[in-house]
Amino acid sequence: MTNGSYFAFKTVDWGNMGAATWETIWMTIVSMIAVAILGVLLGLLLFETTASNNFAVKALNWIVSFLVNVFRSIPFIILIMLLLPITKNLVGTIIGPTAALPSLIVSAAPFYARMVELAFHEIDRGVIEAAEAMGASQWQIVYKVLLPESMPALVSGATVTTISLIGYTAMAGAIGAGGLGNLAYIDGFQASNNTIVLVATVIIVIIVFIFQFIGDFLVRRIDKRTL
Amino acid sequence: MIEFKDVTKTFNTKEGDLTAVADVNLTIEDGEIYGIVGYSGAGKSTLTRMLNGLETPTGGEIDINGDKITGLSGSELRQKRQKIGMIFQHFNLLWSRTVLKNIMFPLEVAGVPRKERKEKAQHLVDLVGLTGRENSYPSELSGGQKQRVGVARALANDPEILISDEATSALDPQTTDEVLDLLLEINKKMNLSIVLITHEMHAIRKICDHVAVMDSGRVVEQGTVFNVFRNPQQEITKRFVNEEVDPSLSDTNIVLDDLIKSYPNGTIVQLVFHGDQAKLPIVSEIIHQYPDLQVSIIEGSIHQTQEGAIGTLYLQLIGNSDNVDGAMALLKKMRVETEVIHHD
Ligand SMILES: Nc1ncnc2c1ncn2[C@@H]1O[C@H](COP(=O)(O)OP(=O)(O)OP(=O)(O)O)[C@@H](O)[C@H]1O
Ligand SMILES: [Mg+2]
Repeated sequence: MTNGSYFAFKTVDWGNMGAATWETIWMTIVSMIAVAILGVLLGLLLFETTASNNFAVKALNWIVSFLVNVFRSIPFIILIMLLLPITKNLVGTIIGPTAALPSLIVSAAPFYARMVELAFHEIDRGVIEAAEAMGASQWQIVYKVLLPESMPALVSGATVTTISLIGYTAMAGAIGAGGLGNLAYIDGFQASNNTIVLVATVIIVIIVFIFQFIGDFLVRRIDKRTL
Repeated sequence: MIEFKDVTKTFNTKEGDLTAVADVNLTIEDGEIYGIVGYSGAGKSTLTRMLNGLETPTGGEIDINGDKITGLSGSELRQKRQKIGMIFQHFNLLWSRTVLKNIMFPLEVAGVPRKERKEKAQHLVDLVGLTGRENSYPSELSGGQKQRVGVARALANDPEILISDEATSALDPQTTDEVLDLLLEINKKMNLSIVLITHEMHAIRKICDHVAVMDSGRVVEQGTVFNVFRNPQQEITKRFVNEEVDPSLSDTNIVLDDLIKSYPNGTIVQLVFHGDQAKLPIVSEIIHQYPDLQVSIIEGSIHQTQEGAIGTLYLQLIGNSDNVDGAMALLKKMRVETEVIHHD
């Protein structure tokens, strides 16, 4: 027993703590990679299908937009429960870091897709039109204009999304997904060991700071709009 | 050669149909600089955007060197666009690319091999006078320098036509002249046709061969710059020409009013002379032949156009009617256009 002390560091199993830290980082990075890819694709789809006169395209935009809004509105903790059967089918288990991935991705991708769409809309119409006037194809416009010109916004959006994903991994951890959230809940909260809760918190804060730092650094490196 | 044949463009807007371009017929010869002038909303941009398929005409057709451009789509249209350079009022450069890479953009689009791309872009950097700034980003350049990048980029794929849509409107007068000089130089060097949209007659006069005046979607007047400046027909053209030939026209009118008041007996005439006439000693000739006539110069200006000089001069003549009539006859003999503004 630790008498509720926050500073009984002898009670911390650093091996477990390290493993949990790694699980958190792994869940964050793997889900973020998937979220980045899906988010950019969905954002691009939303961007390209707005302002179309074609009825089918309009309908597609409406449906995707609606789904994105729906999934963005579902609280994460409820989304996990909602996706349990699908997760079980997909991953074969509902426990452990891998099991957390589907819900992490499904919750963050729509969030990021909206940011991507917004970033594309912020590009000057004139620049896209100049590319068109030079004979660029739709695809060339995407990878030579839309992506590079919105890169700072895409990266800062990805940073924000990554940080909220770290929060989600902790929540997922509390219901069995592993990682620091899981450790803090089982070994900390349920065992009344406040030290473990505190240490897990500090590590999560450090992880968040590191991602924020990397994101800010990259944005500063890429952004050539003002010097 | 570019031919607009009965070209019409109607937009369906929420407020109803809007005809931005109406029945335009224009022919632009190879190697000439064709100016299109008109007030905001006249349809200039819409007209030229149909040239590279950024807009599709709702009526008529456009031919470039005998090929029908209207109705092209997909890769055919993109191929054609590579041969039509365009420069813009707000430059529309990619801020994420350096000067050199911006100029390489159209070459990438056209699938030019890497090494060749670089050489060509470097050559264009030199041509537009930006040597040494290859690796700068647009945000590090002045407006004039940005437009030079725009020009270099527009020239990358050896276009047949260059469209300039208000390309100098965001620049100060000095930089405007630099960019216009650059366009003229390119036009001469490469025998490239240029379509120059502007609302400044100054730009037209300085570098254009022909000019079309647009008003509410229609071309209301067209001809050589020289003729249009000398003899504007439409009210709107006169306004444009006056603004330019004589920016201080309103001042002159005040001076004229004063003079008419203070010299009720005087005859005030406006002289317009062209080309070599501007070099003739017209005033001294009048004084020489009619020594009793008092001649005072109220206001005068001379402007250079591509075809020669155009000058205006306001004179006040005081004396008996024989002398005045004689002087007028002399001016007529020297083939100077005269207009009596006030007579007693
Ligand atoms: N995509 C569009 N949809 C609806 N109306 C349009 C569109 N583009 C242009 N117009 C209208 O067509 C008319 C002509 O516009 P245009 O841009 O060609 O004028 P402009 O002569 O280039 O003017 P400016 O000197 O301001 O550039 C305007 O009334 C404009 O509102
Ligand atoms: Mg315009």
